[in-house]
Amino acid sequence: MDRLVPLFVVLPLAGAFLVPLLAKLWRGLTDITANLVGAVLVGLSVYGLVHLATGSPAVVYKMGGWMPPLGITLVYDSLSALVVLITNLVGFPALLFSVRYLDKFTGRWRYYTLFMLLLAGMNGVAISGDMFNMFVFIEIAAIASYALVAFGTEAEELEAGFKYMVMGEIGGLAILFSIAMLYAKTSTLNMADMSQVLARMGQTPWFWLVLGPMLVGFAIKMAMVPFHSWLPDAHLSAPAPVSAMLSGVFIKVLGVYAMVRVVFNVFGLARATAPAFFNMLVGFGLVSIIAGGLLAITQKNYKRLLAYSTVSQVGYILLGFGIGNHWAIVGALFHMLAHAVTKGLLFLASRSVERQTGSREIGTIGGLEKSMPITAWSYILGSMSLAGVPPFAGFFSKLFIILGAVAAKMYWVAILAALFSTVTLGYLLKVINSVFFSRKGVEPTPAKESPPMMLLAMVMLVVLAFAFGVGFKPVLDWVVRPAAEVLFSGLAYARMVLGG
Amino acid sequence: MRGMTSIVQTVAGLVAGMLFLYGCYITLHGHLTPGGGFAGGVIVAASFILMSLAFGSVEDSERSSYRFSSFFESLGGLLFLGVGLVGYFAGYAFLNNLWAMVGRPLHLVSGGIIPLANIAIGLKVGAGLWAIFLALGASQYVMKEGP
Repeated sequence: MDRLVPLFVVLPLAGAFLVPLLAKLWRGLTDITANLVGAVLVGLSVYGLVHLATGSPAVVYKMGGWMPPLGITLVYDSLSALVVLITNLVGFPALLFSVRYLDKFTGRWRYYTLFMLLLAGMNGVAISGDMFNMFVFIEIAAIASYALVAFGTEAEELEAGFKYMVMGEIGGLAILFSIAMLYAKTSTLNMADMSQVLARMGQTPWFWLVLGPMLVGFAIKMAMVPFHSWLPDAHLSAPAPVSAMLSGVFIKVLGVYAMVRVVFNVFGLARATAPAFFNMLVGFGLVSIIAGGLLAITQKNYKRLLAYSTVSQVGYILLGFGIGNHWAIVGALFHMLAHAVTKGLLFLASRSVERQTGSREIGTIGGLEKSMPITAWSYILGSMSLAGVPPFAGFFSKLFIILGAVAAKMYWVAILAALFSTVTLGYLLKVINSVFFSRKGVEPTPAKESPPMMLLAMVMLVVLAFAFGVGFKPVLDWVVRPAAEVLFSGLAYARMVLGG
Repeated sequence: MRGMTSIVQTVAGLVAGMLFLYGCYITLHGHLTPGGGFAGGVIVAASFILMSLAFGSVEDSERSSYRFSSFFESLGGLLFLGVGLVGYFAGYAFLNNLWAMVGRPLHLVSGGIIPLANIAIGLKVGAGLWAIFLALGASQYVMKEGP
């Protein structure tokens, strides 16, 4: 594994540059290359996870053989492994889905190039051990996603892409500003080295001043409630596989993962040392849950409904990190995994419906359960997972977060979280009821089932959502708990990187 | 007559070649003097843009040079990855500087993979910038009709 870590970035990057060259030879080669890269990345991330789970230490890869803190390092620890796994587990089905999705577009290789860059950027964010490199990878992924959102080049899509770009770049600039201030004060960009310098300085006013803009930047990337306005438009306009990536992975890797890595491992904050900060996270998490849930319930467009639902679910993740005890953080990390798989699935399934019926509005179609059974049941099972119905992954993640809240004696938070879980069920039932089933006497909308490639992508995600739920114990012990340990160990991260 | 006045065209014709050579010089000497692949690539692209502005262009040539530049852009990216992977497949870290001791220090042939990486970056940036210029609507902004 020690030698394989850079491949997480090198492979998709090589794919991104190969696709335009191969497209000149034969169009089908682009599909094959992109899907092959996606499949190999899934294999690599599973292999890496097994490697870490069997007791091997985290990998610190020194780019060009230069020792940290002078050189650039890639750090592949349990938390990175979890995030890389999430990225590629959703990335591969999204690529499979893209093959037939792109039938109506001309710039097939452009799409794959951008998609590969998106994957390279997100994998890079997850394994980067260097502040500035993390920013560069964030921008690679973000810029690729701006172009992908506007890929349809209709007026609506260009507007959404432009709005998203302006918001996203404000966030990016805020992060860059913080990194510049950190570099000025600590004279290092290596995350491990920086955390040791920061620990010696203590929590001065400067410390909080630097953390502020960085959090605003990450909050925009993760679409936390006061900064969420770009998300519904972007998700609505983006091609469905990209919506699945944006909603399932992008906001978690660029927003949530980058934030917790910086907060826990670089700034060394923990519930015990900075309770006010973590209470703030709880507050923002609750606001996101409530506002996102209430906005979702009023939507008529089922894709926009899912987008608002994402805002609400990211609130749960934020809430978990804010509560900050063992179960809450385990739950938050589990929810990152569960939500990525299920929301990816829901976006793909809604695209499948839209492709076959041509409508995005809830009232205009109905009774698709008979004509598109696989799509319908994928959507229904995905909804059950998202709403937290027991055998599925979403149930356990929410359970752990609520357990954490109870253990922290935040009873009202636990009650609100449980209450809004039923709101989730409510708005998803609204879609299921009107789109997939129909009242007696109402003629069901005529439709054919989607092509097998699309169904395969959806079924893969259904199986994952089910497997993570039924097999929650091994997932918890081998994947999620070690990742939570990385966050709890805080500044031990620095010793691990610099000592290794 | 297409493009700008003959004064501009004459001067551009004289300068563009030198500009192109200067860009190559900056790229190749990136490991010795200020500059490097990025700066050199920008200067090379500037020479193309200068010619295009001075002489105007027809849609056919724009389309073919767009295809040309997108090919070289991908090639530059792949070359850079290849340079990085040479160290990787030789058994060291990614981007390991393999031939650091080849050649005499402070001369053109020195610095191991750094000049190679600079060439790749120069290719990518030059072709990329030229492609951006064309994509931003060269056919709208380049003067098609002379005075």
